[in-house]
Amino acid sequence: MSANFLDRLRGLLLAILLAAAFAAPALAGPFEDAVAKFANDDFSDTDEAIGAVATSGNPLAFPIISALQEGRLSADPDTKKVFVTQADGKIIDAATGAAVDKLPDNAAAVRLNNRLRRAVEAALGGLTLLSPDPAKRIAAAQSVFKSHEESALSVIDGALAKETNKSVKAAFAEARAAILLYKSDATEVEKLEAVAIVKAKGDQEAMALLTGLGSDVPPNVARAAASAIASIQSNLQMWSMVQNAWYGLSLGSVLLLAAIGLAITFGVMGVINMAHGEMVMLGAYTTFVVQEVIRSRYPGLFDYSLLIAVPLAFLVAGAVGVAIERGIIRFLYGRPLETLLATWGLSLVLQQAVRTAFGPTNREVGNPSWMSGAFELGQITITYNRLWILCFTLAVFVILLAMLRYTALGLEMRAVTQNRRMAASMGIATSRVDALTFGLGSGIAGIAGVALSQIDNVSPNLGQSYIIDSFMVVVFGGVGNLWGTLVGAFTLGIANKFLEPVAGAVLGKIAILVLIILFIQKRPRGLFALRGRAVEA
Amino acid sequence: MTPHVLTRSLDRSATIFLVVVAGLGVLIPLSNLLLPAGSALQVPTYLVALFGKYACYAILALSIDLIWGYCGILSLGHGAFFALGGYAMGMYLMRQIGSRGVYGNPILPDFMVFLNYPALPWYWHGFDMFWFAALMVILVPGLLAFCFGWLAFRSRVTGVYLSIITQAMTYALLLAFFRNDFGFGGNNGLTDFKDILGFNVQADGTRAALFALSCLALIVAFLICRAVVTSKLGKVLIAIRDAESRTRFLGYRVESYKLFVFTLSACMAGVAGALYVPQVGIINPSEFAPGNSIEAVIWVAVGGRGTLVGAALGAVVVNYAKTYFTSGPLAPYWLFMLGALFILVTLLLPKGIVGTFNAWRESRKATEKANAESAALEDGVGEPKPAE
Repeated sequence: MSANFLDRLRGLLLAILLAAAFAAPALAGPFEDAVAKFANDDFSDTDEAIGAVATSGNPLAFPIISALQEGRLSADPDTKKVFVTQADGKIIDAATGAAVDKLPDNAAAVRLNNRLRRAVEAALGGLTLLSPDPAKRIAAAQSVFKSHEESALSVIDGALAKETNKSVKAAFAEARAAILLYKSDATEVEKLEAVAIVKAKGDQEAMALLTGLGSDVPPNVARAAASAIASIQSNLQMWSMVQNAWYGLSLGSVLLLAAIGLAITFGVMGVINMAHGEMVMLGAYTTFVVQEVIRSRYPGLFDYSLLIAVPLAFLVAGAVGVAIERGIIRFLYGRPLETLLATWGLSLVLQQAVRTAFGPTNREVGNPSWMSGAFELGQITITYNRLWILCFTLAVFVILLAMLRYTALGLEMRAVTQNRRMAASMGIATSRVDALTFGLGSGIAGIAGVALSQIDNVSPNLGQSYIIDSFMVVVFGGVGNLWGTLVGAFTLGIANKFLEPVAGAVLGKIAILVLIILFIQKRPRGLFALRGRAVEA
Repeated sequence: MTPHVLTRSLDRSATIFLVVVAGLGVLIPLSNLLLPAGSALQVPTYLVALFGKYACYAILALSIDLIWGYCGILSLGHGAFFALGGYAMGMYLMRQIGSRGVYGNPILPDFMVFLNYPALPWYWHGFDMFWFAALMVILVPGLLAFCFGWLAFRSRVTGVYLSIITQAMTYALLLAFFRNDFGFGGNNGLTDFKDILGFNVQADGTRAALFALSCLALIVAFLICRAVVTSKLGKVLIAIRDAESRTRFLGYRVESYKLFVFTLSACMAGVAGALYVPQVGIINPSEFAPGNSIEAVIWVAVGGRGTLVGAALGAVVVNYAKTYFTSGPLAPYWLFMLGALFILVTLLLPKGIVGTFNAWRESRKATEKANAESAALEDGVGEPKPAE
């Protein structure tokens, strides 16, 4: 009890000290009068009170206004006393900051209407400019930049003078420029400087600010603004190209991941595996199961769930792949069209099996903390999960390439790809290579499923949505060459994303399909075709 | 000797097939219209429409068998031609609604009024005339197949590559027809048909007539396919299927043969689609789904590819099974069964029902003959037959 009291006392002392330090010029009287106006239960009085409190510079201003916004500010109409209920439930007197045990019986929350809510937001924007957290100061400066309220100018000027953090300073300068630009009595020189600063900011908001400028500005300023708009526009265009390229790379990495296993099975065995998409789906469901187990048993390991899921998905999908090869595909060699039909049937069975086991709806697969979130690069936002998937895809690609190049199995696989009968004559057990190849291709599809579970819905139809695109990648890139698959995937991904803003998502996709059909005419065996006798086999 | 037996046996199964289809085509409509409702022999109208649907599927299966069974072209996009024929017929039926639509616009179909079309798109003109629509039913799929085949066969796209780009073709069409601004009703497709050539599409008489027409179309399609595959052209097609390069080196223009048969097959699929639409009363973009085309291929595989009769039989059997299972308590297991059908047929029954039956009968005949010969030999030991 006494410790509690001491705590409060200390808080009170601190508040008073702070008030003394910050609000030296502000007189105690006007602030208290302003606060008392909240108790009048009159919207225009409340408005005045907001303005007066926000510009008072009193350290209690921020808690009062934010309490007002969240409905935690209450007033006693009889005594004209106003109270703030803090987020932790403690109550203080708004005018003095003194702790209060409980609210008076007839105290009621101060009411707001929409106009006042806007005023509260603007006032908070100004107040958080003085927040000790630099990120909050930047956010406040940005909101001032958007609203360019003249009333915030004095606060900004004061804050700018004190600010030491470089990026916060820049944000303040931009906010100040925005205000000056719209301030009717600012000089032409000030406005020209402001245009230059806003131009340097160079994003969508800066452009909106400049285009919103009325016709009542001096001609010099109007001209400067027009040229600034043009330069921002070209700058934005450049960034949108960069953004499209990034989206394209991201889509390309997803396509590559989905298609790479297909390229292996098709390249080595000439078998189109229509159930390939279902291997991806199995990988995604493996991730789901792993996360479920982790959630219920070892919640602390959640961030490692993907690391556990990757090898498991490889094993699950790979084992299913080997089983498919041993059980179905090996009886159909030399009949690629029948293989296609049988694997299609298999894909139906697998889909329905998963639907029966896990239900037809989407299952929730979470992002580990290191994969969620995003960062800004220039004018574009890059999400961590897309970035990780790109890196992961390239890693898988490199490992696979190294495996084909440097291991005995890789050597045997390449031999079988190039000339099956010759390889058999050299003593390579081609049927064993086939089974392992199929397992490898399927396992990689399973890994792809782990990655796709992070950005797509995990449902029984997950695989189907990728299968046609994966085929296109393989057909476009050419068979028997992983580099072809890489180039094919990224070309299609980037082309798709560059066509999308021009033609719309669906038409862009149709255009890509038609282009591939036409491309096949020119190079029936893809970009990087195998040459020689293998082609006719 | 053997080819002669083969053709004769095929001829016999062809005759049986024609007689059965013609008989059903006459008897079912008659029983539906003349016998009183509730009579044990009366075929209810919903069954007439269902059988009509099967007949259309059978035509589609025939068209696939013609190119896959006899020329080795596995198209995974034949559903696209079927759907295009269906859309052409659907456009005619939409124009026939006239001012009876919900919005009562005499020219524009309902969905166009709904989507604020100012006027009829140019490609909808002419579809108020039946002959024009009927022509388009054949021309549009034929033209698409001709252009597609011309590009594909000329640059020697074969095997699985061809299969995959046909699948891409139907997928692209699926996406296109799903768009509202493409002018074909988008997601909902074309539906709410009122009448065809002045007859109410819902009426029993119209349904019976449509069924009879479907049977007739099936017979005509079958005869055309028979004519093609038994002619010299058909022999070249089979040669292409078995050894494409060798046929080319012998001096045949392989791509022209393939192009011809591919286009013919697409036209047949278009007709099947056109007959299908008034009987089911709707056509929407899901008909373009790649899965549908692949399913049609499995009908042919089940019945027996390269037999024609088998293709039609397979279409009816698989679709009957689908109707039976998806309407019962076994519905959740239908996809298991369909998937198992794909796998088991390709693994265990590569010749299909009819092909296996033919092979079995032939082998039995051969053993009988061998038995007879050896018996005759045993009987005739030391006793030479008198000269005849």
